[in-house]
Amino acid sequence: MRAIALVAGAVFRESVRDRVPYSMVVFAVLLMAASYLISQMTAGQDLKIVKDLGLAAIAIFGLLIAVFIGIGLVSKEVERKSIYGLLSKPISRPQFILGKFAGLMLTLLVNIAAMSVAFYGVLWLMQLVNPGVELAARAPATDPRLLIAIGLILVELAVVTALAVFFSTFSSPLLATLMTIGLWVAGHFNADLRHFEKVIDNDAIAWLARVLYYVLPNLAPFDIKAEVVHGLPVTLRHVVLTVAYAVVYTGVLLTAAVAVFRRRDFK
Amino acid sequence: MTGQRILPSNRLLYAGIAALMIVAVAVQVVRDRGWQPYEPESGVMWIRSGPLAHRLALSFDNLAADVYWIRAVVYYGGVRRGARQIKNYDQLYPLLDLVTSLDPYFRIAYRFGSIFLAEPPPGGPGRPDQAIQLLQKGLERDPLRWEYAEDIGFVYYWWLADYDKAAEWFKRGGEIPGGAEWLAPLAAVTLAEGGSRDSSRRLWTELRDSTDMEWIRTSADRRLQQLDAMDAIDELNKNTQQFIARRGRPPANWRELAADMGWRAMPIDPSGSTYALDPATGRVSLSRTSGLWPLPDERSVRGR
Repeated sequence: MRAIALVAGAVFRESVRDRVPYSMVVFAVLLMAASYLISQMTAGQDLKIVKDLGLAAIAIFGLLIAVFIGIGLVSKEVERKSIYGLLSKPISRPQFILGKFAGLMLTLLVNIAAMSVAFYGVLWLMQLVNPGVELAARAPATDPRLLIAIGLILVELAVVTALAVFFSTFSSPLLATLMTIGLWVAGHFNADLRHFEKVIDNDAIAWLARVLYYVLPNLAPFDIKAEVVHGLPVTLRHVVLTVAYAVVYTGVLLTAAVAVFRRRDFK
Repeated sequence: MTGQRILPSNRLLYAGIAALMIVAVAVQVVRDRGWQPYEPESGVMWIRSGPLAHRLALSFDNLAADVYWIRAVVYYGGVRRGARQIKNYDQLYPLLDLVTSLDPYFRIAYRFGSIFLAEPPPGGPGRPDQAIQLLQKGLERDPLRWEYAEDIGFVYYWWLADYDKAAEWFKRGGEIPGGAEWLAPLAAVTLAEGGSRDSSRRLWTELRDSTDMEWIRTSADRRLQQLDAMDAIDELNKNTQQFIARRGRPPANWRELAADMGWRAMPIDPSGSTYALDPATGRVSLSRTSGLWPLPDERSVRGR
């Protein structure tokens, strides 16, 4: 456990040193501030649009951090040949992978927390400047339910990070980026595969589509931004099962990453 | 012997950047004075299909809906306030359709959208049919939103003068769980005296007092002012008829009529504009420069 924490700490420190998360957080904050200006053209929909924009910014910047740092976690060590030094220390390969994953998740947690504070700050300011802003919306300005949407964004990013780490164990950064983003996109179209038999008569293809539906990451259920912004109900059951799915799927990906990495020869 | 490298000063470069930036701005200002970018009469919407836009937006449908909503508001405002004589609102319905396909719960897009669409030229495209279509789409997605049924009733009442249909929709809105209590009696009043100014006034007052949306309140206030202006025009026409009966000719201008009637000021409409007086016939009407122009079709709102 200590070895995992050490690797995670190193990943976090490196990401802070790289300043990449900082620039993204600054950009997200600027975007949210810009959203306040945009809201002047929205015919009374300021609050909805700022919420949409804030949640989307958190999701997009989180995704960029997860993908672009995640794909380099293992491959960078291999390229720099620092992997030899690391593996000569009392750190097992599974601990190395889990530490890398935990480090990036810590980076994401800190970044998303910073973006969330800025997001709530903008919403609070809107409410303060214009107390009537809530009237046209179904949910209060600083709605605590936004945290559920943000929480599920973080959980979705755990799956994306695990994908990036998995691809990072055996492919180049470019290929790992393409495959991670490709699966993220596919993950949001996944629901179509489930209903494939309704549009195609071929049983074999329909069966294959159904298998793919269950095997590929299903990321659409993590997206409850619209429900939260419109004040629509989100059941506890949905949230718990979606988090459970993420835990299991992330476990599958990390196990696969460990399996690949354990057998990898660095000579 | 190793010495620390002396960093060169960048002051000149910073000054150069600032100077070049000023020149770039100046060049743009000069260029924009003599050049207008080509603007087609009717813009092109590359994506018209809601389901396609929904797919392309991945998990950011709401954000895409917001972008298209802003585009719809800017488009409507741009055409309405534009200098063109003939206002072309062709893109309005496709834009609103796209917004509501991307975000089916975008309440304001249905409600404002229907107001924009039903507004007659030059203030809007004058398409109450599209306004009803949009609201019906909203009701299909969110069947408990009684306000959409209420708004459909309004469109039938105010723009189409179809009081049976209006009453039917008010009744339907009142039957939806949580629907406003005043909708059922409104349906009865609409059937009994649909189109009278008093019932119209009641309709708009209820809408203004029951909504939490500023724009709908503003729109209802404007309609109420239009009804007041119509009442005032009726009164003023009576005054000019009395003038004609006494003098055998219509008043030449407001000053003459005001002096004859003993008024201290010239009559102005609720938006602050002077009414138009035709010196040839003595007919009083709303000035075309008034903020309340055009008044609703008298066919749809009968006198008291």
